[in-house]
Amino acid sequence: MKASEEERRHTIVVLVDNEPGVLARVIGLFSGRGYNIDSLTVAEIDKVRGLSRINIVTTGTPYVIEQIKALLAKLVPVHKVQDLTVEGPAVERELALVKVTGDRERLVQALRIADFMHARLVDSRPDSLIFEATGTSDELDAFISLVEPIEVSRAGVVAIARGPKVLTSDRA
Amino acid sequence: MSTSPAPTADTAQLTGAQVIVKALQEQGVELIFGYPGGAVLPLYDALFQQDKIRHILVRHEQAAVHAAEGYARSTGKVGVVLVTSGPGATNTVTGLTDALMDSVPIVCLTGQVPTHMIGNDAFQEADTVGITRPCTKHNYLVKRAEDLARIIHEAFYVARSGRPGPVVVDLPKNIQMAKAPYVGPSAVPPRGYHPRREPDPARVEEAIELLARAQRPIFYVGGGVINAGPAACVLLTELVRATGAPITLTLMGLGAYPASDPQFIGMLGMHGTYEANMAMYECDLMLAIGARFDDRVTGRLDGFSPRSKKVHVDIDPSSINKNVVVDVPIVGDAELTLVAMLDAWRRRANQVSRERLEPWWRQIKAWQEVDSLRFRQNGQAIKPQTAIKRLWEATRDRDVYVTTDVGQHQMWAAQHFKFDKPMRWLTSGGLGTMGYGFPAAIGVQLAHPKATVLCISGDASFVMNMQEMSTAMQYRLPVKTFILNNSYMGMVRQWQDFFHGSRHAESYMDALPDFVKLAEAFGAVGLRASTIDELDPVIEAALKADKPVLVDVVVERMENVYPMIPGGAAHNEIKLSPEDDGPHEAISEEGMVLV
Repeated sequence: MKASEEERRHTIVVLVDNEPGVLARVIGLFSGRGYNIDSLTVAEIDKVRGLSRINIVTTGTPYVIEQIKALLAKLVPVHKVQDLTVEGPAVERELALVKVTGDRERLVQALRIADFMHARLVDSRPDSLIFEATGTSDELDAFISLVEPIEVSRAGVVAIARGPKVLTSDRA
Repeated sequence: MSTSPAPTADTAQLTGAQVIVKALQEQGVELIFGYPGGAVLPLYDALFQQDKIRHILVRHEQAAVHAAEGYARSTGKVGVVLVTSGPGATNTVTGLTDALMDSVPIVCLTGQVPTHMIGNDAFQEADTVGITRPCTKHNYLVKRAEDLARIIHEAFYVARSGRPGPVVVDLPKNIQMAKAPYVGPSAVPPRGYHPRREPDPARVEEAIELLARAQRPIFYVGGGVINAGPAACVLLTELVRATGAPITLTLMGLGAYPASDPQFIGMLGMHGTYEANMAMYECDLMLAIGARFDDRVTGRLDGFSPRSKKVHVDIDPSSINKNVVVDVPIVGDAELTLVAMLDAWRRRANQVSRERLEPWWRQIKAWQEVDSLRFRQNGQAIKPQTAIKRLWEATRDRDVYVTTDVGQHQMWAAQHFKFDKPMRWLTSGGLGTMGYGFPAAIGVQLAHPKATVLCISGDASFVMNMQEMSTAMQYRLPVKTFILNNSYMGMVRQWQDFFHGSRHAESYMDALPDFVKLAEAFGAVGLRASTIDELDPVIEAALKADKPVLVDVVVERMENVYPMIPGGAAHNEIKLSPEDDGPHEAISEEGMVLV
């Protein structure tokens, strides 16, 4: 396989106008062309200027990733597109709520793993526990596979470039 | 975006509908193509009470978009459409998709149920922004009257800038009736959307350096240069002539370079000339400008121009490296890029010998001798190619515009009608919309009342939007439609003959109307030519008529379009007529699945 055909996971962050339909435009761009979305998060990050930030994790060959970025940048409500996988080191975090049920022995075991892996206990009942775990996606995967939960809710990846480099809109 | 300027006293009393009309006037809109309905009545009322903008009543909303496309592509201005909610809006979807694929600037205003009823499944409610999101460049639902003027102006900016395209503005009825402030275009704040127009000078130098050293260069040019404007086409002609290199045009690019010029070697692609496709295959430098490496152009990708360096100039970054990976990508407006290229070439011109291209031109001349567009007109049955040639010859001295529908007649028109100027050839290239041609011709005729406007159509395509004959009659538009009538969906029949054992599944048009009587029923002129002797007199009579004409040209029924690159084949595997005709079992299974 040539390097140009190798599929790779990319974390792409997009600064958009917080307006109705903007998420549908982004998602439609992926679904309409058969590209993958591994994870997607969106929230308003600048109330005064009405800007939201979308974090997308996707997988594709270098040309597919280039195409995705060009198509994202073409959308009218999009201000900036940054590929954190290409443009340098970044911090990536994900949050998960993890519910474990069972007998006392099983819950004690889960508490021990949670302590060891820095997950926080956020709900405690005689027959169930809920942990809040944050970390990289790999760390969450590891925690989840160890505690064998009955239910998991994951927030998706949020990411930001390391160092002083910032993603800002050119618009005042 | 979040804040709107305070309304001034003199404009504070306008209704939303009046604000829309004022904004359209300020955008220079002369014509609107539309169809009224409940959800746009306030806007129609406002249009009724002014006389700067003329409204053209179509007979189906799809035709409104095609007519606006015809207007836009023949003038370079934005085409405007006005339809009601629900079915009015959904009927525009084919036209909008067509405009998106072919990069035509359109602003489509759609009525919507009042904001408080949205989502209630109200009468004639449809999720218009949801439905049109993937088939527009951008779309808006106006929820606050104070956003109205800004959104209308922004819609025009988005439609015409960068790679042009259709924009929908969905207008709830209560917003049309509410008091709304007016702001002019200059008061609209810019958005994050800024298409890049200036090319990277270093890349331009690199491209011209490659061109100066190339032994077998070719220009491969598409509709993007026409979209960039007539000045871009003049610059292109200067550059091509200065370099002495051959040029091929895409279906959408015809007219960007004079067809009568000896450096033009014809259209390329599936039904392009032998010399254009062979030159694309054998070139050592390809200079693509405003073309998007469409599958109809490239044929099999792994066999596409295997030995060339490729330069690609496009205003749309997502067109570059999409289908074909290029060596020198240049994002920019074609006009600005051609200015830079011409300058870079002239700085080198005295160091470049034109003699170096002589072997290349000898090779191209040899390919041209194959005469791949040849056909034999014998007997009384009219060959469709003859009809196109005669039509071209009969209108050479006129100010002529040609629209087509989709299928065999479209390819014959592209091959045999020669265009020396841009914006004279209007065809549905990307989407391949049957029913495009006639309404598009109506739009062209309205934009150019004195010009000769021809619609070259087929018996199957014409029927798809024939109701527009009422529109043509209402506005006394002398559009001349020539139906190349073979009683088949000819291109479907051709593919069934080539690839599906000649089993003509549903491709025969039984019970076609009598097109002469059909024309007469509308009050138009109906003519028919069934033999070669009748052809010229009928063309002459059609060109003389001062109202809509429908000409039924009964042509040789089983004629096929050649040359042809079958699906899944490369440029050098092009099939010629008629010796290669016969069963085409050689097509690969991979090719069979391609459309």
